[in-house]
Amino acid sequence: MTTATATLERPAKAAAAGEGRIGLRANLRHIGALARRNMLQIKQDPESMFDVLLMPVIFTLLFVYVFGGAVAGKGNQQEYVNYVVPGLMAMMGMNIAMAVGTGINDDFKKGVMDRFRTMPIARSSVLIAKIVVELGRMMIATLILLGVGFALGLSIHTDVLHLLGAIALSAVFGASLMWIFILLGLTMKTPQAVQGVAMLVLMPLQFGSSIFAKPTTMPGWLEGFTKVNPLSNLADAARAMINGGAVAHSVWITLAWSVGITAVTAPLAVARFRKKT
Amino acid sequence: MTTRLSEKGAAVEVRGLVKHYGRTKALDGVDLDVRQGTVLGVLGPNGAGKTTLVRVLSTLVKPDAGSARVAGYDVLRQPRELRRVIGLTGQYASVDEKLSGRENLYMIGRLLDLSSRQAKARADELLERFSLTEAAKRPAMQYSGGMRRRLDLAASMIGHPAVLYLDEPTTGLDPRTRNEVWEEVQRMVADGATVLLTTQYMEEAEQLASELTVIDRGRVIANGRVAELKAKVGGRTLQIVPTDPARLSAMATAISDARLDGIAGVQTDLAAGAVNVPILTDEQLTAVVGLLATCGFGIAHIGTHLPSLDEVFLAITGRPTEPRGPARTAAPAENKEEVTV
Repeated sequence: MTTATATLERPAKAAAAGEGRIGLRANLRHIGALARRNMLQIKQDPESMFDVLLMPVIFTLLFVYVFGGAVAGKGNQQEYVNYVVPGLMAMMGMNIAMAVGTGINDDFKKGVMDRFRTMPIARSSVLIAKIVVELGRMMIATLILLGVGFALGLSIHTDVLHLLGAIALSAVFGASLMWIFILLGLTMKTPQAVQGVAMLVLMPLQFGSSIFAKPTTMPGWLEGFTKVNPLSNLADAARAMINGGAVAHSVWITLAWSVGITAVTAPLAVARFRKKT
Repeated sequence: MTTRLSEKGAAVEVRGLVKHYGRTKALDGVDLDVRQGTVLGVLGPNGAGKTTLVRVLSTLVKPDAGSARVAGYDVLRQPRELRRVIGLTGQYASVDEKLSGRENLYMIGRLLDLSSRQAKARADELLERFSLTEAAKRPAMQYSGGMRRRLDLAASMIGHPAVLYLDEPTTGLDPRTRNEVWEEVQRMVADGATVLLTTQYMEEAEQLASELTVIDRGRVIANGRVAELKAKVGGRTLQIVPTDPARLSAMATAISDARLDGIAGVQTDLAAGAVNVPILTDEQLTAVVGLLATCGFGIAHIGTHLPSLDEVFLAITGRPTEPRGPARTAAPAENKEEVTV
């Protein structure tokens, strides 16, 4: 009987502490605990890091050696490294963001999500924790990409600060893309469907951009498309921050896209998560 | 004894709860109470609305009409407060399969605002209590079904919930594992937990619950103390298999004709080669066995069992649990297939 008394005092205390509201510090603590969960999952399933570890290596080698000669002229691969590696930084964010969509779709089929949703935590914290960990994965991929780039002769024509700026900008844009794919992952029925739709969107955006080749070499209509493609802006910004040149314009446009995408898709994703049964 | 609700106070109060999915009425005006410190069994077949009820009471689903209060908090107006006082163990283990038992419990402790040290201590305490200490470091996906349910129960207990929902806690478990889970639930109840238990099994309800609410197609069709409902459905069934199958009907007739005190409704079960006799007391059991001995019937096998959910339903509603049964009272066009949301 005494135990029953003890259990009943809790709600009274919790209510007194602020009517169930979740404070900022508590929120950060929840995000931390959930991010830890996502990291432990990776530890348990190391294969899930293959994309992050191998994608930057394979893509860089492929584009520099297979297409580099054709794009920049035989013997000019060296020059192409400095063109394509900053572009690949932009692409990496998009590919990892897509994996977030399939991963979250799979994750949300599990009973543990019901437990999270019946706990006194902000529902957004589950999604934010996922983004935090995925940004970490993206940083690892970016570092590997730069490592391979340096091995192939990438040279920084600016300074470390600009390089860090390029990495940060890719991360900001990548995080905004993650919200799109989280929304997609929460909306579609299977991870396969998410992947299918994501590929359809991804391919034209990646190749119809300035990532791999100069838009001036493309037909007019495609060149027009690359100009409005935010991936081009990000690639141009990263390129300027590594190779030198005018930075401000493309950086601002990329930041505007990031803020816009996040402002629209993040609330939708959280609402979707709240309603999901 | 400071903030304690009155002895008779209801920890869960449900009034006129309605939830429709399209034309399917998962909940069609449910009223029920779970008294402080007791276990209410919610008994019903698949698709009766049990899981929807639990999901409404745990803020996962919003009802279309009606009200529900848990530990004084309204499910619609105070969901955040309500989530602080409930624990949920679902039909499917709601733990993270890739995390170890200890990591799962630690994570939930942290999400419930325990300090790192407190969360670790609480995790170890519960692992010990649920006999999972040895498996603490293994990922939950390597656990047996029973271990997973125990981990799930442990996870629900971390925050000392005032009210615990157990949604079909033993569905799909083998008898031995089922007993393990029952023991744990009985311990929680002994410690003073208030529990709402959904089940498809009369036996489970009898083991764990003090009161029962029987629901079907989203409506309460009976409620009361377990003993009362059992008496209503005829207590136990005595099953007797004669040594000579040819004397099956002779045996049934002999029992009926003897007009023993309180015995009626003797039936022959040709498939099982047995005579079924509904009984309420041990004296009746003795009387039937004595009668058969006197009349010289050889008995190959004899046993008693609790009425199944089907028999309970038959007794209460006069029709079987089969959702497409002919004696339907609801609108015939309506599709009442299983609703698991």
